[in-house]
Amino acid sequence: MMPLLETHKLNKHFGGLHVTGNVDFALNPGEMHCLIGPNGAGKSTFFKLILGEHLPDSGDILYDGHDITRAKPFERIRKGISVKFQVPGIFKELSVRQNLTIALQYHVDPELLAEEIDQLLEFLKLADDQKQLAGNLSHGQKQWLEIGMAIALKPKLLLLDEPTAGMTPDETFATGEMLQELNREGMTLLAVEHDMAFVRQIAHQVTVLHFGKIFAQGTIDEIVANEDVAAIYLGEVDA
Amino acid sequence: MSRASRFTSFLKLVEGPQTLGNGPKFWSGFAVVLLAACSYPAFADSYDVGNNVYFFNWLFMALGLSLIWGYGGSLSFGQTAFFGIAGYSYGVLTINLGDAYGLTLFSLVMAVAISALFAAVLGYFLFFGRINGVFLGIVSLSVTLVLERFMAQTAGPEWVIGKARLNGFNGMGAMPSLTIPWPGGNIVLYPDITLYYLTLALLVIVYLGLRMLVNSRFGNVLVAIRENPLRAEMLGYDVRKYQLGAFVIGSALAGLSGVLYTSWGNYITPASMGMTAASLPIVWVAVGGRSDLTTTLVGTFLVLIVFQSLTIHGSQYALVAMGLLLVITVLIAPKGIVTALVEFVSKMSDRRKSKAEEVR
Ligand SMILES: Nc1ncnc2c1ncn2[C@@H]1O[C@H](COP(=O)(O)OP(=O)(O)O)[C@@H](O)[C@H]1O
Ligand SMILES: [Mg+2]
Repeated sequence: MMPLLETHKLNKHFGGLHVTGNVDFALNPGEMHCLIGPNGAGKSTFFKLILGEHLPDSGDILYDGHDITRAKPFERIRKGISVKFQVPGIFKELSVRQNLTIALQYHVDPELLAEEIDQLLEFLKLADDQKQLAGNLSHGQKQWLEIGMAIALKPKLLLLDEPTAGMTPDETFATGEMLQELNREGMTLLAVEHDMAFVRQIAHQVTVLHFGKIFAQGTIDEIVANEDVAAIYLGEVDA
Repeated sequence: MSRASRFTSFLKLVEGPQTLGNGPKFWSGFAVVLLAACSYPAFADSYDVGNNVYFFNWLFMALGLSLIWGYGGSLSFGQTAFFGIAGYSYGVLTINLGDAYGLTLFSLVMAVAISALFAAVLGYFLFFGRINGVFLGIVSLSVTLVLERFMAQTAGPEWVIGKARLNGFNGMGAMPSLTIPWPGGNIVLYPDITLYYLTLALLVIVYLGLRMLVNSRFGNVLVAIRENPLRAEMLGYDVRKYQLGAFVIGSALAGLSGVLYTSWGNYITPASMGMTAASLPIVWVAVGGRSDLTTTLVGTFLVLIVFQSLTIHGSQYALVAMGLLLVITVLIAPKGIVTALVEFVSKMSDRRKSKAEEVR
């Protein structure tokens, strides 16, 4: 099977800091994959490289068979990648409904737009808050809203950077179920996540990033059983 | 969708999330104001009416800046560059072409097109070069100041285009007024009642057209870029194209102001692109409430009238007053004074409503 996303020897420095080190990564279509690692491991930076917010110093990124290493961010989005940022990137001074309108407006027929937005609001449990300014939502609701905007694009590949941060355990579980539903419909997912219960709920495969390098890869049970991985979380191993 | 229903849904864009003032209450108010504006010439001296067209002339530039800055989030400090380019273009064209056969109207269109083209070229380098924020302000201000300097040194007789002397800092004059060809005698739009009605009609058309634009999908993306350009790009929008689009439209409106002003007074000077002239539109739009077309329009109109009445006592005082007004706005009502008043009134009426419900 041809991977949906591949990186070859991807490198990125910030000044003297080697944030992404020779990362070879592959993600198969239909996979739900979690990226874990201590704070500062370079997880968000890896996402930004995939999205084109940063350009790599060396290495290649292939998506759906195309080299997108130097493509503009919006071009990558139009090819079917979508993202929820770590810090919610919503339009704070616009209403919740406006936020979703802006995400959806070119993906559905104008006549069906209102109806689709209503459905999405229902799905995100934000129907009662649709007239609120997005900036006034609770942190958890902001996360939901941005996830909603990301899936509104009907992407093939969805990147989620800490999607459940600020959510209650119930909300986290519900988010997991929602993502599984999207995955069943064919969406490939890559999520950065700290909540191990959530990782166990959704991930087929787990990659551990440490000091910008791939430290370990496997199923959640293999990762949990890996003593080196446990150690880096306690800060005992220097890569 | 049928063609008719597509047309009605297009017209419906005149109301929407990006414009304050929707619903029957607003439109009744709009009708009253329009009626008052239409009946004003009946109660005033036609000389005053013609003079007061002056206030309308600037409103197009203000609306354009509201689009670029208030809606799109790009602060252009150099809208007067497009005002001047169009004003001078109108002068050069009409002095050479004359005022027969509707050639002044052709010149108007050409002059606006020239300023739009200039905006497209400048905007391309700015936005596709990712020059944003304060740098955009600095570059656009520099452009207008360079144009002012350039035009100021064109006093010599060698600075002539066809029959048109540029005339340096003294300014260019004697271009014909806009003239409408008419069977049985051309209608020359001197500053009087006909020009008043035509400018008013143009203003209403531009205002309603811009309302439709900002409530369209284009307008949605524009405010998204203002709020969070990265998120907008990560929804698949080529942010640069939208910024450029808004810049060209807004600058063409500054050009329209320039032509109307030049034709109205048969005069344009380099000072219209200078530092003072460049900063005034920022004051008008910021004081009124830049992120809405209606507050921009009302605010600009009021500030212009106050400024004009202060100028009678000395233009230096008037400028200081404008500076103070801007500072006060930024400190007390950063979204604009008209916007703050609108929000205050709607909050009060909400409170009264909820009190009335409590009593029940
Ligand atoms: N734009 C940047 N400039 C300089 N350093 C950065 C930048 N972005 C991230 N870093 C640094 O790179 C490292 C990895 O950051 P990040 O990718 O955000 O980690 P993670 O998401 O795994 O917590 C951190 O040390 C961070 O301080
Ligand atoms: Mg991170």
